[in-house]
Amino acid sequence: MRIPCPFCGDRDAREFVYRGDAAPRRPTADDEFHDYVYLRANPAGAMRELWYHAQGCRSWIVVTRDTRTHEIFGAELAKDAAR
Amino acid sequence: MTRFSILSLMKNAASGHRNWQPTWRNATPRPDYDIIVIGGGGHGLATAYYLAKNHGISRVAVLEKGWIGGGNAGRNTTIIRSNYLLPGNEPFYEWSMKLWEGLEQDLNYNTMVSQRGVLNLCHSDAQRDAYARRGNAMRLHGADAVLLDRDGVRRIAPFLDFDQARFPVTGGLLQPRGGTARHDAVVWGFARGASDRGVDIVQNCEVTGFLRDAAGAVAGVETTRGTIRAGRIGMAVAGNSSRVAALAGFRLPIESHVLQAFVSEALKPVIPNVITFGAGHFYISQSDKGGLVFGGDIDRYNSYASRGNLPAVEDVCESGMAIMPMLGRVRMLRSWGGIMDMSMDGSPVIDRAPIDGLYVNAGWCYGGFKATPASGWCFAHLLATGNPHEAASAYRLDRFRTGHLIDERGAGAQPNLH
Amino acid sequence: MSRLAEGGLIDRTKPLRFSFDGRHYTGFAGDTLASALIANGIRLVGRSFKYHRPRGILSAGSEEPNALVTLRKGDRAEPDSRATTIELFDGLAATSQNRWPSLDFDMMAVNQIAAPLFVAGFYYKTFMWPAKFWEKLYEPLIRRAAGLGALSTLPDPDSYDREHGFCDLLVIGGGPAGLAAALTAGRAGARVILVDEDRIFGGRLLGERYEVDGVAGVDWTNAAVAELASLANVRLLLRTTVFGIYDGREYGAIERVADHLPQPAPGQPRQRFWKIIARRAILASGAIERPLVFGGNDRPGVMLASAVSTYVNRYAAAPGRRAVVFTASDSGWTTAADLMTADIQVAAVIDSRPDGGVSASRLPHDVETFSGAVVVDAHGAPLRGVDIRAADGRIRRIEADLLAMAGGWTPAIGLGANLGSRPVWSESIQGFLIDVAPPGLQPAGAAAGTFSLGAALADGVAKAVSALADLGFAVSAPGRYEASDEPSGVTPLWHVGGSRTKAFVDFQHDVTDTDIALAAREGFVSIEHLKRYTTLGMATDQGKTSQLNGHALLAAATGKSIAEAGTVLSRPPYGPVAIGAFAGHHRGAGFRPERRTPAHDWAASQGASFIEAGLWKRARWFARPGERDWQETVNREVTTTRGTAGICDVSTLGKIEIEGPDAALLLDRLYINTISTLPVGRVRYGVMLREDGLVMDDGTVTRLAEDRFFLTTTTANAATVMQHIDHARQVIWPELDVQAVSVSEQWASFSVAGPEARRLAQRLLPDFDLANSAFPFMAAVETVWQTLPARLFRVSYSGELAYEIAVRADHGEVLARALHTVGQEFGATLYGIEALGVMRIEKGHPGGGELNGQTTAADLGMGRMMSRKKDFIGQVMAARPGLTAPDRPCLVGLRPVDPRQRLCAGAHLLPGGAAAVAANDQGHVTSAAFSPTLGHSIALALLAHGAERHGERIVVHDPVRGPDIEAEICSPVFVDPEGIRVHG
Repeated sequence: MRIPCPFCGDRDAREFVYRGDAAPRRPTADDEFHDYVYLRANPAGAMRELWYHAQGCRSWIVVTRDTRTHEIFGAELAKDAAR
Repeated sequence: MTRFSILSLMKNAASGHRNWQPTWRNATPRPDYDIIVIGGGGHGLATAYYLAKNHGISRVAVLEKGWIGGGNAGRNTTIIRSNYLLPGNEPFYEWSMKLWEGLEQDLNYNTMVSQRGVLNLCHSDAQRDAYARRGNAMRLHGADAVLLDRDGVRRIAPFLDFDQARFPVTGGLLQPRGGTARHDAVVWGFARGASDRGVDIVQNCEVTGFLRDAAGAVAGVETTRGTIRAGRIGMAVAGNSSRVAALAGFRLPIESHVLQAFVSEALKPVIPNVITFGAGHFYISQSDKGGLVFGGDIDRYNSYASRGNLPAVEDVCESGMAIMPMLGRVRMLRSWGGIMDMSMDGSPVIDRAPIDGLYVNAGWCYGGFKATPASGWCFAHLLATGNPHEAASAYRLDRFRTGHLIDERGAGAQPNLH
Repeated sequence: MSRLAEGGLIDRTKPLRFSFDGRHYTGFAGDTLASALIANGIRLVGRSFKYHRPRGILSAGSEEPNALVTLRKGDRAEPDSRATTIELFDGLAATSQNRWPSLDFDMMAVNQIAAPLFVAGFYYKTFMWPAKFWEKLYEPLIRRAAGLGALSTLPDPDSYDREHGFCDLLVIGGGPAGLAAALTAGRAGARVILVDEDRIFGGRLLGERYEVDGVAGVDWTNAAVAELASLANVRLLLRTTVFGIYDGREYGAIERVADHLPQPAPGQPRQRFWKIIARRAILASGAIERPLVFGGNDRPGVMLASAVSTYVNRYAAAPGRRAVVFTASDSGWTTAADLMTADIQVAAVIDSRPDGGVSASRLPHDVETFSGAVVVDAHGAPLRGVDIRAADGRIRRIEADLLAMAGGWTPAIGLGANLGSRPVWSESIQGFLIDVAPPGLQPAGAAAGTFSLGAALADGVAKAVSALADLGFAVSAPGRYEASDEPSGVTPLWHVGGSRTKAFVDFQHDVTDTDIALAAREGFVSIEHLKRYTTLGMATDQGKTSQLNGHALLAAATGKSIAEAGTVLSRPPYGPVAIGAFAGHHRGAGFRPERRTPAHDWAASQGASFIEAGLWKRARWFARPGERDWQETVNREVTTTRGTAGICDVSTLGKIEIEGPDAALLLDRLYINTISTLPVGRVRYGVMLREDGLVMDDGTVTRLAEDRFFLTTTTANAATVMQHIDHARQVIWPELDVQAVSVSEQWASFSVAGPEARRLAQRLLPDFDLANSAFPFMAAVETVWQTLPARLFRVSYSGELAYEIAVRADHGEVLARALHTVGQEFGATLYGIEALGVMRIEKGHPGGGELNGQTTAADLGMGRMMSRKKDFIGQVMAARPGLTAPDRPCLVGLRPVDPRQRLCAGAHLLPGGAAAVAANDQGHVTSAAFSPTLGHSIALALLAHGAERHGERIVVHDPVRGPDIEAEICSPVFVDPEGIRVHG
């Protein structure tokens, strides 16, 4: 698998660390933390997910990828995605 | 049902094997049942078997979207063991081991349970101490565990790299009662036993939605083969738990990840036990047919694709060569991928769902196959009585809310690290 | 000898000697082991898996199920090697497998007598009584009987290489379609990689006698390859198998660099593992001929017709003297013609098609032909004759020592299913074809069901043109090729009934027509159940010759069409791949990179023993002459450090710099304690939690400037913490203006500890005031040592007066030498991580045993560090009842009641007198050491209600290592609990 890092271009997935679904946002209310930390939609299909280019530019990036086919539709820096 | 034995085999041979009956009835779904089990894998079929056998409930349907045993039951590396550390896990897996030990006679089906021993190698003092902690915990729970030094390991596996290795072997933890079982036979044996007791096994029947009653409780399922009603529904669909949960409108602390496994060409017996490497992700055993069956870590990204990529293949082979340099000329024959329910603390869930009448059996991570008999036993108990079985009492869904986690690896809420 | 007098692509000037089962033979350069065996008249080559049936050579390629041998001897022995793909080399030694005592006389062939019992799945029905006998008797017997070749158990002596390839167009297969595609793309200027598993390009052109553009196929091939080789943008890879397609248009391939040599040249890898990233790919992998399923179809002397043609045409080796051709396809007639052209007698051509005889005109002279006829039985091992059933139903015996069978062609599309798309049935070709191809890939030629030569060439060109168009390459004049073409029709014949002899579907695994019928009867009617129950297609050939026949038989048995019954997904690898090739250089000491501190070599020169700490090698201790054992060494290092001074390399700790206006704010959110109040020039101990509330790591934070901080992490968690910090600042709080960078490898740092540490450090930094008043405990400064930027921290892990001094990594060794030289004046010792560990246990600091990802800050006695005045990662979840329960095990110290006894980490803790059962388990020992300071063993432990139980006695239970020990619970701080020394 090749991950299209916005800084470094297409790179082997081996250079990245995977975290998971990019959707959960750290809440401010205490009672929302359980869902934030533990519950996942875990979709079969397109998913925005976080990858960390640990052996590259050290950017966290949001990759849109289909979990059924592994097809990658694009990627952006997590910093930009948050804006 | 014909009782299987050498005599029945000889008798049927005399008639050209033309009189054998189907191993299980390929049922057409009835409109309603007492209990529906979603998922015709090892866990679902074992659940149905024990519902009928232990609880006398046989108006049960097992709904399988494809062919029985086509998910993780048929995609694992067939290892059975009960070498767990934490008190939430060890009683359950030890109970499973005890069920394995009598399974063939109970099912009258040779599942080829082979207690050849599971050896975990260690490579440092800290790892040895961690294994000691684990071995002591196993002993306290009535399981067997032997801590081996380097020479003890050498006696069992002289072909390991003791001298040139990057991470020299310093010893190991052996569970002599651990071993392997023939995975497909477990599925077929449970299917045969359940079917014989009246359970309907319905293949090519995918659940597409849940029926709810006025109070919001489940009342049945919509399937590709029509509506089927039941007041109690258990889901045992590891790999796809989140998808089924989504049909019922809730989320789980689970991600789906692909785990690859591999088999070599058939060789004369060379690896006597199940052996795991402690300085990399690698485990290996040899099937009765002669193929070396091995695997390692998950691919680490969410997937429903039942196939993986090269980095995981390379990692497994690197680890294999690091510890067993004789493997260099062994050829990998086939690879496959299974979709793991990777849970947030690395341990499973056997509990009520947040919806009345619905029950969840999920989150097995890598450990589903060895859990098959106990999972079925405990899930059947829960479905039949409404109460968790003692051996599975820690597998609650609310433990993530209460903080009573069962995290063997200490990896935290990151499913791909368990 | 069965070598033809002339012809063939062999070099008769280069005879090669080889042995099979100890007997010596001669072949020629260009032979495979199989062709050389045939040329030497060897017909019996192997034994089958279950029944130990005698087997010969079925095919001429990588699909071979029967002719498996062990190639080479000793540590280079390779079991299960296919004789049909082994290139002959001088001195080659091959041995037959799965027989005892010999291939000709195999005792295990008695299995054939029990064959009526040994049907598919028989073992599931028996071997259950008595229960104990399975493990002790039945299974060992089954295991010994199973398996094929034997592994040497010696380390593989060869090396393996890895390489990445990038191209516009990857062409998989160098037969006619592949060559045409590669030529088209190469001429257009695209970067092309053309691979073929054979030793030369040409594919079927090498085994057939067709012409292209008026010249022999082989000559056309040679010209095409010469042109491709002249193009700088084309890379040709022979002896290379693409074994799998992966995500991102990545193709895995194995190049057999030296397998055709007796052994690799010095420095030469045996094989090379390629990862090829191809923007487009053409699958020109050809097609595989199907056997026909009739009684005795497995006998030595029964071969695929295309293989017969290949042996005759390419290798000038005659697989028999008197042949019968049994065909359901036009191509069988081509083989008959090939045999007759080579002056091999063709006794008869049996065509199962009622109108098959029309092809007879293609034969050079008259031969007896039968239309609408079948072979029902083959006799002899090796083959002596066949029984045929003519169209009128009459049975007739024909003597023959060779039966060429042509069941039609199955496109070799296994790779096309690697990404999970199931092939679909094509009525027109009576075979499965790729439906949804992997992104960027197109099948061409026979792999696309285009079987005739001219059409395959044209298809290769067309597919290349379309791929090039996608990529923006202009193709001015695509090549057109004239080929001598023949019809390629087939009417499949899936099964010939009416024989009492077994009819084999999967040769190697001995799966017969009746096994498939039995499986269907027992309900194994899904194609996947069939495979698993009968093991159809699971042998080393992965069903390349058997799959479709088996599926057709299942379809017939269940009353479905083949299209309905479907087929299985082919998964990588397409052909078996050596595990060594996947591992590449990462084996032995090269398994994982080794990280060394800057002063590693110097430490070695000082007598250091090293130990793995993750990827790091760390000095474990520095033994001196005369010391009895490591314990004496470590005791000296601890005692000298606590009594005088010690020097320790701590460069492996993770080091991170954080800078920016919001740096302090970020650190407040990362650590449980407040960092923003830390003054410049001061250090604070800090603990980080994961968001789930459990401890992730601990370390120190130094404020170097108002907006600049320096963090240390544990050695083990350096990468994890860096990732965590980047996540916090890029994902959770991207609005913060703060940068973070790992500087672990930029600094070499050393700890100087002990009562003499100040004087020692002062000698090193004479111009800097180290007095307590000027530079107290937890002070830090950026300074200069010998013109080099240096950092000095007054921090202590040992509990002694201590300093940590850091310089640029490339000066680490210079600093180590300087410290050591000065240290010797004070009688300081070098100490390793063993002594470091002893001293930290003596001080009750958490280490690896306690920071195990399962503990809370409160468990480790640091609950009160958790600030309530700010938000930090893990704060909310740490408050869950399960993580705050009063009975959670918490950190205590243990000392043995009998000071001679030794405590071990990993032991569990039971109340005195309680039974050794899980219900009484109250905790475990996390770290243990012999304390030379106290003169007895000490330990840290996590114990339920531990904080309230100091002074109580408890049983230390360690059954995997030894008898129970009684211990006293105490404070985890064994030495200097008041902390006087550290402030001294």
